[in-house]
Amino acid sequence: MTAMTTNWIEIGLLEDIPREGARLIRTPSGCIAVFRTAGDEVHALDDRCPHKGGPLSQGIVHGTSVTCPLHNWVFDLSTGLAQGADEGQVATYPVRVREGVLQIAAGKLAAER
Amino acid sequence: MTDKKKLVVIGAGMASGRMLETLLEAAPDAYDVTLFGAEPRGNYNRIMLSPVLAGEKSYEQIVTHDGDWYAANGIACRFGETVTRIDRNAKTVTTAAGETPYDKLVIATGSAPFIIPIAGRDLPGVRAFRDLDDVEAMVEAAARPGAKAVVIGGGLLGLEAAAALRSRGMEVVVLHLMGHLMERQLDPAAGHLLRRELEGRGITVHTQAQTKAILGNERVEAVLLDDGTVYPADLVVMAVGIRPEIRIAVDAGLDVERGIVIDDRTFTSDPDILAVGECVEHERVCYGLVAPLYTMAGVAAKTLLGEEAAFRPLETATQLKVTGVSLYSAGDFADGEDRDEIVLRDASAGIYKRLVLKDNRIIGAVLYGEAADGPWFFDHIRNRTDISDMRETLIFGQSYQGGAPLDPTAAVAALPPEAEICGCNGVCKGTIVTAIETRGLTTLDEVRAHTKASASCGTCTGLVEQLMQATLGEAFAVQAVKPVCGCTHLGHDEVRRLIRAKELKSIPAVMQELEWTSSGGCAKCRPALNYYLVCDWPDEYADDYQSRFINERVHANIQKDGTYSVVPRMWGGVTSAAELRAIADVVDKFDIPTVKVTGGQRIDMLGIRKEDLPEVWADLGKAGFVSGHAYAKGLRTVKTCVGSDWCRFGTQDSTGLGIAIEKFMWGSWTPAKVKMAVSGCPRNCAEATCKDVGVICVDSGFEIHFAGAAGLDIKGTEVLGHVATEGEVMRHIVALVQMYREQGHYLERIYKWAKRIGLDEIRRQIMDELERREAYYERFVFSQKFAQVDPWSERASGKDKHEFKPLATLELEAAQ
Repeated sequence: MTAMTTNWIEIGLLEDIPREGARLIRTPSGCIAVFRTAGDEVHALDDRCPHKGGPLSQGIVHGTSVTCPLHNWVFDLSTGLAQGADEGQVATYPVRVREGVLQIAAGKLAAER
Repeated sequence: MTDKKKLVVIGAGMASGRMLETLLEAAPDAYDVTLFGAEPRGNYNRIMLSPVLAGEKSYEQIVTHDGDWYAANGIACRFGETVTRIDRNAKTVTTAAGETPYDKLVIATGSAPFIIPIAGRDLPGVRAFRDLDDVEAMVEAAARPGAKAVVIGGGLLGLEAAAALRSRGMEVVVLHLMGHLMERQLDPAAGHLLRRELEGRGITVHTQAQTKAILGNERVEAVLLDDGTVYPADLVVMAVGIRPEIRIAVDAGLDVERGIVIDDRTFTSDPDILAVGECVEHERVCYGLVAPLYTMAGVAAKTLLGEEAAFRPLETATQLKVTGVSLYSAGDFADGEDRDEIVLRDASAGIYKRLVLKDNRIIGAVLYGEAADGPWFFDHIRNRTDISDMRETLIFGQSYQGGAPLDPTAAVAALPPEAEICGCNGVCKGTIVTAIETRGLTTLDEVRAHTKASASCGTCTGLVEQLMQATLGEAFAVQAVKPVCGCTHLGHDEVRRLIRAKELKSIPAVMQELEWTSSGGCAKCRPALNYYLVCDWPDEYADDYQSRFINERVHANIQKDGTYSVVPRMWGGVTSAAELRAIADVVDKFDIPTVKVTGGQRIDMLGIRKEDLPEVWADLGKAGFVSGHAYAKGLRTVKTCVGSDWCRFGTQDSTGLGIAIEKFMWGSWTPAKVKMAVSGCPRNCAEATCKDVGVICVDSGFEIHFAGAAGLDIKGTEVLGHVATEGEVMRHIVALVQMYREQGHYLERIYKWAKRIGLDEIRRQIMDELERREAYYERFVFSQKFAQVDPWSERASGKDKHEFKPLATLELEAAQ
């Protein structure tokens, strides 16, 4: 793979994820949560809250944020940054929808891990 | 007489009338006045044309200056004579009758209605709403039975016309280009209320309506919109705005932009010609409302007398003159970062008040439903009053501001004794104060018990508390209403009330109608709203699982490591060898690390992987288990002792009763978890006296307890009452829980709700009021029809599969 091209991997269909919901993708080095907002934006983040490791995929999705189910930390889905008084960041991954098919960037996956 | 200066006035409208009146009062002999008016009648109050159209006033009642008034003041009236030319060099004006000289000339030609340049605009039956001729034509059109009118323009004038025509029996459609009515004066919320009011009167309102053409052969027959909609019409009223009447000034070579340009003293570009009214433009602004025009007229009068005066643009206020609608708007009420707002809503009474503040000053006000305080707010806008000292009570208006110090308590103290405090029970201030004073009441509960104030829906609790503070002094501490979350300024009570009053049946509808400030809510309000909607519309509302906390969404309890725990229901805490064997098998099969007996007399299996949950439930289901709802804001357990079956002290079948209660009530959602217990005798082995609801069996029957707590707070229960039979126990407990379901704030346990509502009030409704108890009971039973579905068996059969399976599993190669 060269630096100029991105290798997109198909991971499923947009409609497989409920609006204001999330699904998991398992990778050899951990789980990634793929979120779908009410406006059909998609975002991919590590499924691990930097606070106590809570599975963000299980949180309530509101606007373009998710609230961790364990202790209510809130993260912005596009930046992975903790909101409000909490400090922390979750890794994000490029993800896109092409004709209803969800694709995640393999390069970022490999590079980050 | 002859040495008096000659004043000629073109236009006999409201502005010129006011100017002449002011002028003649100050100096009756300063000028010889000649007045030209195009309309063949005197000056009338044009803003009262709507009541004339509605038939509520006659022309005679709205005349401000008739021929007699002008004659008595020595004004030469030349009505019906049109001025065609101004000769600035010769200082004369020309009419069909010849030339009239002037020393000073005032142009007050007003404005003409704006007619949209579309096909059919000249057809007979198309009218403006500007003068008495228009009104007469409209009255005539309305006289025909079944006649239809289309009003183009949902602004002030258009709506007044629409309401008046409707009251004359016409079928009326209002077409409005913008998204909400009166968008220049109202914010969307008030526009919505106004629309609802008009629709309630049978007026059709079509917003975002782009008129394409007016159709008809001989006369108007219909109006066609861009989107293809056609509205049949016998009368079309164009009320889309006005344009200053400037022709004569343009011809005279005066400085004219949109209107005739004047300076602060109302001079045009010619020092001998002044202009006032709707025809002028001052500092790039044209005025159409009467208040600034009257001010301008006063300035012109002074200028004519050589006095110093300057027209300063003023904030303008608007009031809609439609009988039965009170609406007032003033100032600037757009949203902005540096702005703050105070909103008061009462959906059931149709009241909406919004004040926009900036730097502790009111800059805008919108009042709907109750507009009496409009002028008072308007005063503060104009005077730029610093309102910091009365901010908390500001929205209540002037009558609340009597005397210092201005705090909420003082506001309540300033209310008259007959002011109603509690709408549900019709309790007025005087009754409450008398009760506090004569009976020596010191707590909210006592006030509720004695007066019933704040004892039903609880929304007036704040007012009652303030009243108590005002009466009892500092000793009484008032609690402020807390908003549900940062997405709204409304408290739980208000949200619940509005959901019912406005019949809101989805989360987006609530957020829209109640003006949530965030786009999709937050993790705090979404589950609350979901519960309120499930509770209020059990048959109609589609439960939004994405708004539920994960435990309720997947029907298991999330643990710190992301695994789940599962607690099957053991009715009344009774189990069997077969059940225990099934549990043991499941534990082995799924390698479940921990098995624990819970405080609610059942068994918890902890550490189950999420994707195993459906299979675990399938196996448990085969043994007859259903979900124990150990994760739910809902009925959890009914703990029992062995009762009269085995115990030598048992007085009743506490086990059987506990099982019956659990079987009747399982599956119901509640504001917070509900734990119950039934003890077979006062020794209370089931620990019923620290539960949300508990029953203590005694020889003579059953003592029902409620509002206990054994968590963050420890609190013994209160006695609800004593009943004789198991059937009565069931009806009372169910009614109690339903009352709590309907009134509780989300996450508020029964003991907190009871403290808020008042123990005595709950006792009264459940123990004493048979009808009310039965109604609660019936509503619970109805709701259970939709709630009693075992969520585990649904999911074991494939429901919400996406919750339990990963979307994809990426291999090492693919990821590299």
